[in-house]
Amino acid sequence: MEVLFFGSLIDETSISNIQVDTVSDTNELIQILCKRYPGLGSVKYFIAVNEKMVQGNTALNLNDTVALMPPFSGG
Amino acid sequence: MEQTDRYIRQLILPGFGVLAQNKLFDAKILIVGIGGLGCPALQYLVAAGVGTIGIVDPDIVSVSNLHRQILFATNDVGQQKVIVAAKKMKQLNESVLIEPYPFAINKNNAIEIISKYNLVIDGTDNFAAKYLLNDACVLLKRPLIYGAVSSYEGQLAVFNVLEEASKSINYRDLFPDAPKPGEIQNCEQTGVLGILPGIIGTMQAAEAIKLITGLGKSLYGRLLNYNLLQAKTYEIAITKNAKAVAIDQSFFDATEYDFICDDAYVDIEEINVSAFNVMKAKPNTFVLDVRERNEYPDIDFADARIPMSELKGAISGLPEKDICIICHQGIRSVYAAQLIKMQRNLNVYSVKGGLTAWFKEMQL
Repeated sequence: MEVLFFGSLIDETSISNIQVDTVSDTNELIQILCKRYPGLGSVKYFIAVNEKMVQGNTALNLNDTVALMPPFSGG
Repeated sequence: MEQTDRYIRQLILPGFGVLAQNKLFDAKILIVGIGGLGCPALQYLVAAGVGTIGIVDPDIVSVSNLHRQILFATNDVGQQKVIVAAKKMKQLNESVLIEPYPFAINKNNAIEIISKYNLVIDGTDNFAAKYLLNDACVLLKRPLIYGAVSSYEGQLAVFNVLEEASKSINYRDLFPDAPKPGEIQNCEQTGVLGILPGIIGTMQAAEAIKLITGLGKSLYGRLLNYNLLQAKTYEIAITKNAKAVAIDQSFFDATEYDFICDDAYVDIEEINVSAFNVMKAKPNTFVLDVRERNEYPDIDFADARIPMSELKGAISGLPEKDICIICHQGIRSVYAAQLIKMQRNLNVYSVKGGLTAWFKEMQL
């Protein structure tokens, strides 16, 4: 599946999108991402699956696109 | 006739017409922050003929603003933003009433200011102001058009449009908790290409016009991300968040909103204890203690004691003097000074560190 990073999260990942092997749900995905990019553990974002914001742990399928969207504050 | 000529190119649009134009004439919009986002939003809304526009910003024009805030020119540097903006907007369209507020929005003035308008545009550049605006707009049931930028990306969303406030999506549904100080940098510290807030601010104005006239489909229910470098947009359907706090009066009253934007209060001059001691000896100085009645110790050098909780109703009764405000630690006194400045054209000072600093300095 594809994982997209936005805004300041790219400062932590140095890449705007990655492919991830099958994971069962968003909790497992976040664990994997935080291991790979430790900086993600201390920043705020919400999660969207297939362009819809999700709340709580959400099951994932192979073809899903997951987006991590942080808040922006600049004006 | 001049009015028809001025707006003719929008009047002849399918679905627009006199009806939509009249809705714009009747509208009252508040733009908070006249910076990269707020300037273009203001210019287009004034040009389109919105009847009344309030503009809130405590800052003066600085030379580093000019690359993105193209309403301002080099010879405006050093002048109060909202005053310059009001003058230029009058030249653009005299029939629009511009109401300038040359100070920062804060917890004490937000409700009073926002309640005068139908719709709010968020042109602020810090999280403290964004959470404050959101919560106040939820309380007052005012639609909020949110915009923000981060490096080469921008975000846009429309909040609080449903009649039933508890069902309407707001900023805290996306990001329930405000970040801690230093967790995220502001625009001053991060780079921004001038055109990016120009694009996002212009889109905010477009959403405002759509909401007011009822034209088209609002962005409400979606978050739009725009990536300038990739020329890509990404949309996310957003929903109510069961974990987000219910924003009511008691939540608002209990929340501190000045967590990271100390710099938003620069327009209130804070004076140290020795400067205060010099000032209070002068006959034209009025020392105001804003501590609540149950706070000790009593002091003998205040000309009046009006608790913060009662100050609003007492401002008109203050004398035509330079006002020095003191409280326990110098935090409430800044709020009090803001409140007074909103209503009175007086020199107002806040004693830095409050009575705690005063007693320490006087070694009492």
